[in-house]
Amino acid sequence: MTSHEITYVQELIYTTRVETVMATNVVVLSPSMTMAEVKTLMKNKRISGAPVVEGDRIVGIVTMADVIQAMECGKLDSPVTDHMVREVMTAFKDASVVEVVNNLGREGFARLPVVDRDGKLVGILTNGTLIRALLREMDISFQKKETERIQTYRASHIFQDILSDDTSVVLRFIVDEKDFSNAGKASSMIKKSLQRLQIPPPIVRRVAVAVYEAEMNLVIHTDVGGEINVDIRPDRLSISAIDHGPGIKDLQQVLQPGFSTAPQWIRDMGFGAGMGLANIKRCSDVMKMLSEPGAGTRLDIVFIFGENTSGVVGGPGGKKS
Amino acid sequence: MTIGDLVEILSGRILVENHSLDEEVPRGGAADLMSDVLAFGTDRMVLMTGLTNPQVVRTADMAGVNVIVFVRDKKPPHETIEMARDSGVTLVSTGYTMYEACGRLYAAGLPGRGPVKIENDSW
Repeated sequence: MTSHEITYVQELIYTTRVETVMATNVVVLSPSMTMAEVKTLMKNKRISGAPVVEGDRIVGIVTMADVIQAMECGKLDSPVTDHMVREVMTAFKDASVVEVVNNLGREGFARLPVVDRDGKLVGILTNGTLIRALLREMDISFQKKETERIQTYRASHIFQDILSDDTSVVLRFIVDEKDFSNAGKASSMIKKSLQRLQIPPPIVRRVAVAVYEAEMNLVIHTDVGGEINVDIRPDRLSISAIDHGPGIKDLQQVLQPGFSTAPQWIRDMGFGAGMGLANIKRCSDVMKMLSEPGAGTRLDIVFIFGENTSGVVGGPGGKKS
Repeated sequence: MTIGDLVEILSGRILVENHSLDEEVPRGGAADLMSDVLAFGTDRMVLMTGLTNPQVVRTADMAGVNVIVFVRDKKPPHETIEMARDSGVTLVSTGYTMYEACGRLYAAGLPGRGPVKIENDSW
């Protein structure tokens, strides 16, 4: 394993939740069982420890060491409650795996019963379940990268492979108003598609910034959402962001950097500083906006591939529109 | 400055690693205003911020920012980490304040964007 893969595992244990790596078929013991019964159960189920459960509460935990001690003392007929450890370290099912890894490793626990927020037992986590789950995640990640590589290869050949007098690829996205958790999804997909088409990175970046600003405007300011259409040709890219309301009263005013009508909750999330349209204009080669109060707004922007590929947005050599 | 240097200087913790620690970061910036990031963000830069919502990652991704440093040991929510994993942005957290995190990196030779101003018709 290289150092990079090790850090990938570290990342996984930070980002994966306990419930995705735990085993759900937990073997449980009841307080009335004898240690002899526990010994047989552990042998048959091939496990080396199990929680003791009364109703749906965990009241203790018994491990192989407790069974061996009971054997040595000749107390295999005594009940589980005489031998179990009553202080049980548990993990919450929605906790991140990093917390349990610390407990499994540093504290020397071999297994952690997993509970929901009501304290009900829902699973168990051991080194074995952890390793299996992490390997599965790594495998999924590898397959994802391989798929991405193939998709990039296929998409980047589309203009050569499709025969016509003039080929263009059209992408359409619906943007819902006030749906902040999905805001930027369309821009993200547009960026990825352009990368797959192997459009030069500096252009991809300019498009990404402009279309993201346009998408945020649809999310923040419209009352019925809108749509984003992207028309990709070998030498240019045209994007239109269209909504049906509420429209803009004074176009000159909204074009001024700093002018904003964004509500406070949007500002609290770092948006709504009123630089959106200024940014869009700076990033694009052509920008046109039509709007009517009470009707809607249509924003058209064009990016020309070729000489205008200076990477830094707003940097020297910015484009004249 | 490499990403590894940056993490060391900030006594940082890597939350999501999408870049090799040997990779160079050409410059840095700091903002809690995402419009600023979109306006002044440059390719492959590191962004210091106190915001942790998922849109910070989205914004960084769009602006070409490679590394986000959350200051004051802020813990990003699960959604932010997931989004960083998907979009290829590296996340770091540091105990320093925004001022000190920037100061330490700047003193160690990481440049900023230089003087920038937004004016009407400056495009």
